[in-house]
Amino acid sequence: MHKNVVFQHRWLPYLLIAPQLLIVLAFFYWPALQAVWQSFLLQDAFGLSTTFVGFENYVELIRQPEYFGAVIRTFVFSALIAGSSLSFALLLAVMADKPLSGSTVYRTLLIWPYAVAPAVAGVLWIFMLHPSLGMVARGLRALGLDWNPLLNGNHAMILVVLAAAWKQISYNFLFFLAGLQSIPKSVLEAAAIDGAGPMRRFWTVTFPLLTPTIFFLIVVNIVYAFFDTFGIIDAMTGGGPAKATETLVYKVYLDGLLGGNLGSSAAQSVLLMMMVIVLTAIQFRYVERKVTY
Amino acid sequence: MVENEGIRRYVAHAILWLGIAIVAFPVYLAIVASTQDAASIANGQMSLLPGGHLIETYYKTIFVGTSGSTREPVGVMLMNSLVMALAIACGKIAISIISAYAVVYFRFPLRMTIFWLIFITLMLPVEVRIYPTYKIAADLQLLDSYAGLTLPLIASATATLLFRQFFMTVPDELLEASRIDGAGPLRFFWDTLLPLSRTNIAALFVILFIYGWNQYLWPLLITTRDDMQTIVIGIRKMITTSDALTEWPVVMATAVLAMLPPVVVVVVMQKLFVRGLVETEK
Amino acid sequence: MANVTLRNVRKTYPGGFEAIKGIDVAVGDGQFCVLVGPSGCGKSTLLRMVAGLETISSGEIEIGERVVNTIEPADRDIAMVFQNYALYPHMTVYNNMAYGLRNRGMPKPEIEQRVREAARILEIEALLDRKPRQLSGGQRQRVAMGRAIVRQPKVFLFDEPLSNLDAKLRIAMRVEIRKLQRRLATTSIYVTHDQLEAMTLADILVVMNGGVVEQIGSPLEVYHRPATTFVASFIGAPPMNLIALEGSELRRQLGDHGDATTLGIRPEDLTLTSGDAGDGGLALKLRVDAVERVGPESFVYGRPGDHQGEAEIIVRVAGEHTPALGEHVLAVASRAKLHLFGRDGRRLEP
Repeated sequence: MHKNVVFQHRWLPYLLIAPQLLIVLAFFYWPALQAVWQSFLLQDAFGLSTTFVGFENYVELIRQPEYFGAVIRTFVFSALIAGSSLSFALLLAVMADKPLSGSTVYRTLLIWPYAVAPAVAGVLWIFMLHPSLGMVARGLRALGLDWNPLLNGNHAMILVVLAAAWKQISYNFLFFLAGLQSIPKSVLEAAAIDGAGPMRRFWTVTFPLLTPTIFFLIVVNIVYAFFDTFGIIDAMTGGGPAKATETLVYKVYLDGLLGGNLGSSAAQSVLLMMMVIVLTAIQFRYVERKVTY
Repeated sequence: MVENEGIRRYVAHAILWLGIAIVAFPVYLAIVASTQDAASIANGQMSLLPGGHLIETYYKTIFVGTSGSTREPVGVMLMNSLVMALAIACGKIAISIISAYAVVYFRFPLRMTIFWLIFITLMLPVEVRIYPTYKIAADLQLLDSYAGLTLPLIASATATLLFRQFFMTVPDELLEASRIDGAGPLRFFWDTLLPLSRTNIAALFVILFIYGWNQYLWPLLITTRDDMQTIVIGIRKMITTSDALTEWPVVMATAVLAMLPPVVVVVVMQKLFVRGLVETEK
Repeated sequence: MANVTLRNVRKTYPGGFEAIKGIDVAVGDGQFCVLVGPSGCGKSTLLRMVAGLETISSGEIEIGERVVNTIEPADRDIAMVFQNYALYPHMTVYNNMAYGLRNRGMPKPEIEQRVREAARILEIEALLDRKPRQLSGGQRQRVAMGRAIVRQPKVFLFDEPLSNLDAKLRIAMRVEIRKLQRRLATTSIYVTHDQLEAMTLADILVVMNGGVVEQIGSPLEVYHRPATTFVASFIGAPPMNLIALEGSELRRQLGDHGDATTLGIRPEDLTLTSGDAGDGGLALKLRVDAVERVGPESFVYGRPGDHQGEAEIIVRVAGEHTPALGEHVLAVASRAKLHLFGRDGRRLEP
């Protein structure tokens, strides 16, 4: 955690750490504590008086079918993104891991979507799948599909998932490729000598050895789907139609934006904080395990 | 191995090119659309080949902005995004490297407490404390300012952890040699530690520049004036007006312009980017 | 130029562990002092205390008539060569050497002149523009020495500077360090765990064990009259044969041996013979277990035939003519070559 050999100085270390500490206290801890405090308060309709109500905001929230719906929706949303993006990325990574000519070119051509802003990714996909002018949407209609994400909630969900998964492919691809490259070639060669064909080798040797990477990426993808998709949702659907794409984070934003129930919005924030803590804890447990491998 | 020869090879190449095509298609479409006229796009008559309106569209996008609204030209937004991305990347690196230096190379009361305070912010993304943070920023008169856009975002547990980890690998003897050579804490930092951290700083810069450029929720809250908008926010506002009025070539040109700087950074500094990505996830 | 004097120096770590348990050493002006001992004996800690890199719990360290206990390393007028060289990886060889001088505000021309001079002495003039990673191990070692030389300090401190080199280069650099030190006549303190390095370099040898000094003296003094069984077994290769006297028939052979409990004989002081020990010397009947031939000499390993449990005895024999395995031989030593140690491991002066 620290060096055996250090400098002695009375005030310099405080000076060095002060900028970060001040920002952290002002913009992280103070607001977080505010959120916790507000989640125990109830404000009247005109914002004139507040009363301490204990856990009432939480109880209210959990009773709401809408909130429950948002929880389920967020998990489905995360699972769809993680599932589609991870499997597509794994397929590409396995191909790119082969000793092919031009493999560095493939890597370059596959990693750049990481740099595209979520909101911009959203705009790109809307343009493709816009019901009236979208190029791909027209194709779907030609196939007889009544594609309309502006009215159909499931279509909207598919649209958002596509954009979000698309953006995450490059990240997953890079980590899969690194994971694959760290598998010793000799293990695969031994399996080949033991008579396992390519497919069998993948499922019995490569895939098990890749599980730490897969597990790590699942956690990262869930965190991504929870938080980083805000821009995508906001640009594509605004949570609609009829809340069909309203995730937990987006709901906090909307509820607060409409100036409605501050206490309830704060309670949602606090619940989200707890989910982040759980996810981060899982992620760090994984890191620890990786170290002991 | 032998079996990697022949047909399997072609299958792998084919799958990869198909993957690249799928990944690149939305962007290709955006580039093509930005060179065509608005009417044919709105009619759903868009061609898959580039049109002849390239210069016209981009000139209009960067210097004029969408017609029929008070939106600023995208040039202003690009500038705002650039300032924000650079300020966030440089700010995060600067305050993180000095706090990591303090934590690793000094011993002082509350050292570990402060370290944990920074560390735990990993678990407090802006999305879970949206409105209280907004309120603080408003109270500090930071709305519609570059300081407001950047300051609340430049604390970084990840960067601090990364530098801490790197500093731990720097041999103790280097510090001892510096002390014998008459260098104090600041000189050791400036003459030795900083030059040694160059690659880490560069890798981190690539990641953080992209992070800063792509910020969405915070700029959305903190900026109300059009001339303070970043390009990522600006593009979203262009399509909120009713469909018929959306000038798709301009929107797509804006999308291309919004993607260009971070994508160029990733492609040109690919090695540093990969390194930064992997290191920050450790 | 300076003396270095250590007076009852102690180092206790916060946990209560006492690494240095009261050490007195006096190094005269221009002398080459070597601290030698097994790893963990406190020799490096002691050196780092002289450098000012470790605090001193009690006692005094004096460099050139000045007590330096609380003085910063930079102000002690010392230079140090580290085990891993600790070259600044991002600076050229020239800047590595010039850095300390610049920090002291020395004028540029003088820095230039000193660095060139040191580079000339060390024959690294051609490397001045390279970075450390472009250098071989031996070249890095030279740069580390150069960094020390340019400062023209009162004292050179060396912390196992040769241990990262291969065997051949180590010997070459050893000779060179010694020549250089003679030429500059700068007081030096050198830490090593290699007894051969210690023997060949030292004017004064300080043998340490468990945080205390076992013996101080010239290398040959230490070799010929080891003060303790520890020194006897640590200095010299192969080590001195140490034989427990209790219950051994050697007691009879020795006759009057005072309170001695251990007998020491160096392998080269034993001679294989068919005859008799004569003049009140010592004769050991050995059964040959193993023979190592290294060319100019051979080492014969054997056990006293009648005592199966006893320690192996090593005999150095000139040339290659050695007894066969399993053969019974007689090893004799003259009385004058015997070392006797008491129950506490200390030498008994005859």
